[in-house]
Amino acid sequence: MIQKYTLKFKAISLLTTAALLLASCGKGTEKNATDQIVVFNYGDYIDRSILGQFEKETGIKVVYEEFLTPEAMYTKYKNGTVKYDLICCSDYMVDKMVKEKEVKEIDYNSMENIGNIGDTYWKVSESFDKGHKYNVPYFWGTVGILYNTTMVDKVPESWNDLWDSHYKNNIIMQNSVRDSFIPPLVLDGCSINTTDETSLRKALEALKEQKSLVQSYLVDEVRDDMVNEQAAMAVIYSGEASLASEYNEDLEYVVPEEGSNVWMDSWVIPADGRNYEGAVKFLDFLCRADIAEKNFEYVYYSTPNEAVLDNIDEEEKEEDTAIFPDDNVLDRCEMFTYLGPEAEALYNRLWKELKVY
Amino acid sequence: MKKLGSMLLAGPYIIWMVLFTIIPLCLILYNAFTNTDGNFTLDNITAITDYVNAKPLFLSLSMSLVVTLTCFLLSFPLALVLSKYSKNKNSIIVMVFILPMWMNFMLRTLAWRLILLNNGFLNKGLGILGFDPVYLMNTKAAVILGTAYDYFPFMLLPIYNALVKIDKDVINAAKDLGATSFVILKRIMLPLSLPGIISGITMVFVPSMSEFVIADMLGGNKVYLIGNVIEQAFNSGYADVHLGSGLSLSLMVLIIISMVIYKLFDKGEGGHGIW
Amino acid sequence: MVKSVKKTAEKAYLVLILLLLYVPIALLIISSFNASERNKAVWGGFTLKAYGELIQDEVVMGALYNTLLLAGGASLIATLLGTLVCIGMINMKKHFKSVIMAVTQIPLLNSDIVTGIALMLLFTRFADLSFATMLIAHVTFIIPYVVLSIYPKVLQINPSTYEAALDLGASHLYAMWKVVIPDIMPGILSGFLLAFTMSLDDFSVTYFTKAPGLNTMSTMINAEYRKGIQTEIYALSTIVFIIVLLVLFIINRRSEKLYKLKQESGVAL
Repeated sequence: MIQKYTLKFKAISLLTTAALLLASCGKGTEKNATDQIVVFNYGDYIDRSILGQFEKETGIKVVYEEFLTPEAMYTKYKNGTVKYDLICCSDYMVDKMVKEKEVKEIDYNSMENIGNIGDTYWKVSESFDKGHKYNVPYFWGTVGILYNTTMVDKVPESWNDLWDSHYKNNIIMQNSVRDSFIPPLVLDGCSINTTDETSLRKALEALKEQKSLVQSYLVDEVRDDMVNEQAAMAVIYSGEASLASEYNEDLEYVVPEEGSNVWMDSWVIPADGRNYEGAVKFLDFLCRADIAEKNFEYVYYSTPNEAVLDNIDEEEKEEDTAIFPDDNVLDRCEMFTYLGPEAEALYNRLWKELKVY
Repeated sequence: MKKLGSMLLAGPYIIWMVLFTIIPLCLILYNAFTNTDGNFTLDNITAITDYVNAKPLFLSLSMSLVVTLTCFLLSFPLALVLSKYSKNKNSIIVMVFILPMWMNFMLRTLAWRLILLNNGFLNKGLGILGFDPVYLMNTKAAVILGTAYDYFPFMLLPIYNALVKIDKDVINAAKDLGATSFVILKRIMLPLSLPGIISGITMVFVPSMSEFVIADMLGGNKVYLIGNVIEQAFNSGYADVHLGSGLSLSLMVLIIISMVIYKLFDKGEGGHGIW
Repeated sequence: MVKSVKKTAEKAYLVLILLLLYVPIALLIISSFNASERNKAVWGGFTLKAYGELIQDEVVMGALYNTLLLAGGASLIATLLGTLVCIGMINMKKHFKSVIMAVTQIPLLNSDIVTGIALMLLFTRFADLSFATMLIAHVTFIIPYVVLSIYPKVLQINPSTYEAALDLGASHLYAMWKVVIPDIMPGILSGFLLAFTMSLDDFSVTYFTKAPGLNTMSTMINAEYRKGIQTEIYALSTIVFIIVLLVLFIINRRSEKLYKLKQESGVAL
C-alpha cells in the first residue's frame, strides 16, 4: 500500500515538474515568424484600424507595441527579449542605430508605393541616414509651445516665457531628455547638438531654476492636459499641438523666434528582426495613398507622403501652421543628430540631476 | 519512504523557487558586481551614495514611512471597531471596507488624478463652496495620498484578522479586574494583534518603498523616487543593467534591514496571518 | 450616555473612512457617464457612449481577457504547487521546513520591482517574452501568499485523525484526500483568493516581463490614460466594480451559509 501511495504521488509530482519545465521553455508557444510582424512605435501614432486592414489583405498578423521615448525604445530593443521587425523612431535615434549597424537596408525596389514619399523629405532624412538606405520617413514636425489664449497675456513668442514666474505651476515640459534641453540651449545661442559640457551645465542650471515653475514633466499626456486646460502652456510636438487645437479652439501653437528643433520620425528594420519580407510589405502598405490618407487623418502630423499632400487644399494648409509650417520657421530650426556615447552619458547624468533637484 | 514522499510533494515548489526566485536573484547579484565588460567592480554598489541616487532613496524611505504610518493610524481604530461589530471575517461590513482592493490598482490611482488635477473635482468642489483652489497634483502630498489609498486595505485586513482572533473572555476578564479601556488597548489589543500589525506594515511598507508608477501618475515626474531611478536604469536609453541591479540590491538590503530592525520589536511571534 | 457618545463616534469614523474609500471610485463611475469631452469635473450631460466604445475596443477588451486568464491560470498553478509543498512539509525535517519557509519569504521582502527586474534578467537570457513568461512571473510572486495561507492550517492538523483513517484501512491517498485536504481547505481557498487578487492588481512585475502586444489591465491603463481617451477606462471601472460586487456577494452568501452550518453542528472554526 505504501508503495502504491508513493508511486501515485511520484507520478503526480513528476507530471507537475514536467509541465513546469515545459512551460518554462516558453519558446514553444511562439508563432511562426513569417505569419506575423512585431511593430514598435510611439504611443498613439497610428490609426489602429490600419493594422486590421493589413492583416486582412496580406494574412500577416501585426503584433503592435508602443513606447514613450526614443531612449526607452532603444533599451527595450537592445534588451533582445523581443525581436522587433519594424521600429518607428526619431532622427537622432535612427542616426544612432544606423551608426551602430543595428538596422537592415530596405529594399525600396520591391515597394510599389515608395514613390509617394516626396524628394524634399528624402533629402531631410539624409541628415541621419546618408544615401538613404535604411529609413522610410513617416511623419515630421517641429517642437514649439502650445498655449491657451485665455490663460496667457501675450503670445509666448520666446522660450524665455517658460521662465516667467507669472506662469508658476502653469507650464508643462517634455519628459524626454533631448527635448527638454532645447529651450535653454537655444536661448543660450548654442546648437541643440552641442556636446560642450559647460554649455550643457549652464542649460541644466536654467532648467533647475525653472523647475519650481513647472507643473509637470510629461510626454503623451501633454495633449490631454492642455485640452483639459490644466496648464497655460506646454512644450510640445507640432502634430500633437494641431490635434489638441482640434479639441479645444483656445489652443494655439508657436515656434519661438529664437529657433527650435525640426524632427523626422522614420521607420527602420532592425537587424535582428525575423520577418524582413513582412516588414517591407507593411512599409509599402503604409505608403499607399489610401492608407497614408487614413493614417494622416488619424495621427494628424505633417506627412511626407505627396499623394496625401496633393489632396489637401491650400486653404487648410494656410490655416494649420502647426503641421504646415512656413519656410521661415523651418529656417530657424535645427535637426537632432546622434551625439555619441560620451555625450549620451553626460546627458543622462544631467537629466538625473534635474530630476532629483 | 514517507520522507521521500514529502520531498516529492515539495519538489515542484522547490524547483520553481530555485528557477524563478533564487537564480534570478543570483543574476541581480552577478550584474551588481560586474561592469559592462564583465569585470568585477563595486561601483554599482557604491552608486547608492551618489546624491542622484541617495536623494531619491531617502525620499522613498521618508514617504513610505509616512504612508505606512498614515495607513496604520487610520486602520487600527477601524479594525478595532469592525472587530467589535462582526465575528466572521467574511461578514458584509468587513468586505465593504476591503472591496476597493479588488478595483484595479491603476483605476484607483487614476481616480485620484481626476480628483487632484488643477481643475479636477477637488478644486471644482472647493470653488462651489467658495474656497481658493489647492494645487496638490504633482506634489509629494499627492503621491503620498495616492499610495496610502492604494495600500490601505493591505494594512486593514491583517490587523482586523488578528483582532477578531482575540478571545473576548480575556477582555472581559480584564474589565472585571478593573482595567481601563486604555490599559486594555495597550496591554491586550496591541500586543495580541502584533503579528497582524507586522504583516500589515510589511504589506504596505515594502511596496511603497519601491513605488514608481504612482509617482509617475500623480507626481508628474517631479517626484523622483528610488523606484523611478531603478526603472529608468533599466528602461531609459542610457540603460545600465549593472547600475540598475546594484541599486536594486541596495534597495533590497535596506528593506531587509528595516524589516529586521522592525522584527526586533516583535517578540518571537511569526508574521503570518496575512489573510 | 458616555457609551452612546462613543458609539456615535465609532459610527462616524466608519462612515468617514467609507467616504474616503468610495468617493474616488464613485467619481470614476460618474465620469464614465459624463458627456463632457474635455474636463470630467464639469458635467456635460448623461451619455452611455463610453460603454459602446468600450465593448468595441479590442485593446481594452483584450487586456481584460488577458488579465483574467493570467490571474486565473497563475493562481491555479500557485495554489496547486503551494498545497503540495504544504502537505509535503507535514512530515519534513525541521531544518528543511525552515529553509523552505525562508525561501518563501524572498518574493515578499523583495519589492515587486526587484522581482520584476530579476525575472526580466532571467528571461532576457533564456527565453523570449511571451504569455508563458508572464504566467511564470505571476506565479512566482503570488506563490508565497498561497503557502503562507495554507501553512498555518497544516500546523493545526491533528496527526491522529490521519493515522486513525489509516488504521481503519484507508489508503494514504484516500486518507489525505478525506482527512488532510478538508482540514486545510479554508487555507487553500483563501490562498487562492489572495493569489488571484495580487495577480489582478499587479503592475510592476507585469511591466517588466510583459510580452509585446500583450497587455494586462494595469499596463493597458498605464499606456492608454496618457492619450486622452479616458472615458472608456472610466467605463471599464464601472464594469470592474460591478463584477467585484457580484463576486463578493456570492462569496459572502456561501461563507455565511457555511458559518451557520458549522455553528449549528458545533464544529469549531
